[in-house]
Amino acid sequence: MPQTLSPQYAIQAKNLSVYYGAFRAVKNITLSIEQRKVTAIIGPSGCGKSTVLRSFNRMNELTPSASIAGEILFMGQNIYAPEVDPVEVRRRVGMVFQKPNPFPKSIYENVAWGARLNGFRSGLGRPNMDEWVETCLRKAALWDEVKDKLQQSGLSLSGGQQQRLCIARAIAVKPEIILMDEPASALDPIATLKIEELMRELAEEYTIIVVTHNMQQAARVSDFTAFFSMDEDRAGALVEYGLTTQIFTTPKDSRTEGYITGRYG
Amino acid sequence: MKNPLPNPLQPVFEPEVAQRNRLAAVWRLLFRLSVAISLGFLALLLFNILNQSFGYAALTTKIDPASLAVNGAALQTLGKEDLLKILQAKISKGRLRQLDRELPLSERSREDVYALVWQEVVQPEVAYTWPLLDSLWRPAAVRAEAAARYPQAQLTFRSWANASFIRSSQSSDPLNAGVRTAILGSLWTIAITIVIAFPLGVGAAIYLEEYAADNWLNRLIQTNINNLAGVPSIIYGMLGLAIFVRTLQPLTSGAAFGVSDPTTANGRTILSAGLTLALLVLPLIIINAQEAIRAVPDSLRQASYGLGATQWQTIWHHVLPGAIPGILTGAILAISRAIGETAPLVVVGAATYITFDPSGPFSKFTTLPIQIYQWTARPQAEFRNLAAAAILVLLLLLLSLNASAIVLRNRYDRK
Repeated sequence: MPQTLSPQYAIQAKNLSVYYGAFRAVKNITLSIEQRKVTAIIGPSGCGKSTVLRSFNRMNELTPSASIAGEILFMGQNIYAPEVDPVEVRRRVGMVFQKPNPFPKSIYENVAWGARLNGFRSGLGRPNMDEWVETCLRKAALWDEVKDKLQQSGLSLSGGQQQRLCIARAIAVKPEIILMDEPASALDPIATLKIEELMRELAEEYTIIVVTHNMQQAARVSDFTAFFSMDEDRAGALVEYGLTTQIFTTPKDSRTEGYITGRYG
Repeated sequence: MKNPLPNPLQPVFEPEVAQRNRLAAVWRLLFRLSVAISLGFLALLLFNILNQSFGYAALTTKIDPASLAVNGAALQTLGKEDLLKILQAKISKGRLRQLDRELPLSERSREDVYALVWQEVVQPEVAYTWPLLDSLWRPAAVRAEAAARYPQAQLTFRSWANASFIRSSQSSDPLNAGVRTAILGSLWTIAITIVIAFPLGVGAAIYLEEYAADNWLNRLIQTNINNLAGVPSIIYGMLGLAIFVRTLQPLTSGAAFGVSDPTTANGRTILSAGLTLALLVLPLIIINAQEAIRAVPDSLRQASYGLGATQWQTIWHHVLPGAIPGILTGAILAISRAIGETAPLVVVGAATYITFDPSGPFSKFTTLPIQIYQWTARPQAEFRNLAAAAILVLLLLLLSLNASAIVLRNRYDRK
C-alpha cells in the first residue's frame, strides 16, 4: 500500500454501504476517525455497528455473501481498491474480538506468531523476539501476570487476561489502528475496567475504534462517539457523530438523546 | 413415594414426579440392556475364536519314528550322516533333488536335516482336534476318547497361534501352515492404501471446507462423497478390476517400471489392491477430515486473518493443527475398514495360495482376511483351527495399527 499523505484522519468511510446478499445492512455511512483517539460506536442491536467496524479492515469479506459500495480511505488510499491486498490491510488495521480467542498455543507463541508471520526480523538496533514479546505484553498490561509462565497455554489464562493477551497479540504486528468489537462484553466488571484503562493507554500510540453496547463504557473511554441507528428499511445509518462529551450532554438528534437516556433502543 | 415438600401448585399442576422418574428408570434400563447385549455378542465372538485357536490335538505319524531307529539308537539321537541316509532311502529321487537345489543337503546343519526327516519321512498328521472348552473342562474325557479312537496318536495341548504360525508361509499341511505371507501382504496393501488415500482425502477435505464456494457444483460433489461412503465394497472391487488391473495394467504390473514377472503381468498386484482399497476408504477419510476441520472454531480463523495471515497460513498454522486429532481418528477408521476388506480383493485378484513373500508393490499377494476365508472353506477340521488363529493375528494386527494411530493422535492432542 502506498505510504502517501498522512492526513489528520486515521481512517475515513465515504458513502459506505454494506450488503449481505441483496440485503443492505448499512447505508451511506460517512465517518472520519481521528488519529490516536478512542472512537466509540454505539447504537441498538442490529444497526450495523460491527459490520462497519469489520469493513475497516476488510474482515467482512470473510462472510461469503458480503459486499460493499463506497470507499474506505486509509492513508488517503481506498483499501477496497483492486490493487490493495487485504492481508496488508489487516496487518495495519488490527482487531480484537468480542469473545477472547487466543490461539491454543503458548502465551509466548500467541504474541510471537503474528510478528513472525509478518516477517519480524531482529538485528542491529532492533529488538529480538523475546524483547518484542515482552514489550507487547507490557503494553497490554499483562507482563507482570504472565512473565513466569510464558510457555503455558494461552487458554490457561482467565477471560480478562485472555482478552489482554489478544490485545498484545494485535499490537505485536505494529498496527496503526486497532478495532475492538465489544472487547469487554464477555468479561466481569473488574476485567472490564482493566481493558478500559488499557484502551486509554493504547490511545497514546494507536487509533482505537471500539464498538460497545455499554454506554457508560463509551462515555468513560472514548474521545469521540458515533451513534448508529436503523432506519425504516432496517438498514443501519449514522445518526450523529461528535465529541463524546457533546453527544452525551447535548445531543443534537432526538434519537440520540432517546437512546442515551434509555428511552429507546 | 409421597412428596415431602408442601405443594401449593397442586390445583394447576399434577407433577407426577414418581411416575416420570419410573419412566426415566425404564429408559435407563433399556440403554444398559443394549450395551449389555452388544458386549455379550462381542464376548461370544472372542470365545469362539479362542475356543478354536487352542485345545488338545491328537497327532499321529505316517511312519512310526521308532521304526527308523538304526542299530538300536533312537531317531533323535542319530547323527547327520545317518539321518541323510534315512532321507535318501525313504523319499523319492525327485524330491531329494528339489531339496538339494533349495540348499545343498551337505551344507545343512544336523538340526535342519532332522527336521527334514521328521517332515518328509515321519510325516506327522493331525488326527483330531478338541476345542479349548472341552480341553479345559473335561481333559480326562478327551484323553479317554483319544485313547479309544486313536490308539497310535500322541495327545498334546496345541496353541494354533504360535510363533512358527506367524513365521511360516502357506502350506497344505496344517501343522506347517502359517500366515507370514498374508501378514506381509496385508501390511504392504495397507501401506499403499494409506499413502495414497490419506493425503488425497485430507487435501480434498481442506478444499471442500476452506476453499470451495457454496454453489450447486460443490454441493453435488459433497452429496456424491457422502453416498460413495455407503457403496458396497464389491463395487469398488469391480472398479479396481476395470481401472487398475485392466486399464492401467502396464503401470500396476510394473512393466512400465521395468519389472517383468510373468506371474504378475496381468496387473493383479499389491499395487492394484492398495489403490482399490484407497478408493474404498477415500470417502471415509474425506468425510471425517471435513468434520474435524469444521469443528475448528471460526474465531481462530478470524484471529489469524486479523493479524494479517494469508488463507494458507491460517489453514497450516491453525486449522490443521486443530483438526489433526479428528483427521487421524478418521484414518484409524479407514485402516480398520481396509484391513478387513475381502470382497474387493477377491475381485482384484488376490491369490488364495502363494508360498513366497511379497517383495514390493508389483508382487502377487494374499491378505489375512483372504487367507482366513480360504481356510474356513477347506473341508478338513484343522484348517478351521488355523483360521481361528489367523483371526487372532488379524485382530492383533488391527489393534496394534490402531494403537499406533491413537498414540500419534494423543501426541497432537495434548495442547
